[in-house]
Amino acid sequence: MSTIANVATIVLVTAGLLFFVAGTAGLLRFPDPLTRLHALTKADNLGLGFVVLGLLPQVDGLFAALKLLVVWALVLFSSAAASQLIGRAAYRERDGTR
Amino acid sequence: MNAADFFDAGLAGLVLAVAAFAVLSRNNYAAVVAFVAYGLLVSLRWVLLRAVDVALTEAAIGSGLTGVLLLSAAAKLRERAGGANEDARRCSPRTRLVAAVVAIVVTVGLGAAVIGLPDPSPTLAPLAGAALPDTGLGNAVTATLIAYRATDTLLEKVVLVLALLGLWSLAGEDVWLGRPGLKQRADPDGVLAYLARRLVPVGVLVGLYVFWVGADHPGGAFQGATIVAAMWLLAMMAGLADTPPVAERRVRLVLAGGALVFFAVGLAGLALGEAFLAYPVAHAKAIIIAIEVAMTITVAVTLALLIAGTPERPA
Repeated sequence: MSTIANVATIVLVTAGLLFFVAGTAGLLRFPDPLTRLHALTKADNLGLGFVVLGLLPQVDGLFAALKLLVVWALVLFSSAAASQLIGRAAYRERDGTR
Repeated sequence: MNAADFFDAGLAGLVLAVAAFAVLSRNNYAAVVAFVAYGLLVSLRWVLLRAVDVALTEAAIGSGLTGVLLLSAAAKLRERAGGANEDARRCSPRTRLVAAVVAIVVTVGLGAAVIGLPDPSPTLAPLAGAALPDTGLGNAVTATLIAYRATDTLLEKVVLVLALLGLWSLAGEDVWLGRPGLKQRADPDGVLAYLARRLVPVGVLVGLYVFWVGADHPGGAFQGATIVAAMWLLAMMAGLADTPPVAERRVRLVLAGGALVFFAVGLAGLALGEAFLAYPVAHAKAIIIAIEVAMTITVAVTLALLIAGTPERPA
């Protein structure tokens, strides 16, 4: 049972890290704020999501598992809102309406 | 070299690189962003040292709060320069040379002091651990802050209020005792207002949780108060709440409350014939919680008003 849990952790966390690497590469290489934001949100949402899912088999107790999920939900919510705000600022700057 | 050492060395290298970038960057904004990243990396390092309380404080105060303060300072500097290039406003080479020499002397001195520490270093940790049951707390860091070194924490509260008074005294004649910060004009149906409506209740709950678990686990009044302050600021930025006029009696009472309660407890300890800030063992936990509640409210309001800035509008 613990072997299955460990394999699941390794696979899921690795998948999450891949999203972080891809997101970081995009953040560094993409040409303008909107595309960079696109790359970054993938790292935030999917990367962190996979890492959290991967850590779930390792925690002891329901409360600790719930805390991990709440962390993910809070990051999802605030990064979605923050990327909206940054995106709109970048959009307005490009249009010259600011 | 095992995997943990490898990670450790990588992290240390990253901290140094980001610190160097923050110092050497010619753009104020980039330097501040690097400083925030530096704080987060350092707090990761504290977690590795199992100093989770320090890590929380570093992330909340050192990185988050100071980062916001520096960002608004950078924005004000640019405003004053009238959008002109920042290079024109850089200080003279001589000033920079003096600053560099002072910084290097302090760094070398600190380094020498750390390297010169006796090994094993003298420690009060066993004593602190042995006395822990008397305080009714399970977290030795909280016990140190509120019980063993209570005078330091009391003075820290006074310093916070003094900092705020200094900030307020920068206000102009026409807005003296007015409301801090500019009026926010966020779209009431926009993303920011939505975020504030949904996140603030959750954030306040998280802040209170961090304060409450501080008794027995990493956390505490200062970290919890920072989260609550951030939530109040979010509501202000979204236009859901306005900054209070600094002349308001309620505000001043709250600002002084933390230090006043602390001081009253200290005097009570003297009156009972023990010592300043001595808590009777039977009621230690209740007294500590009372101090911490007052402190959390005071620190939250002080930090939020520090970020809100000098009064800029009439009340």
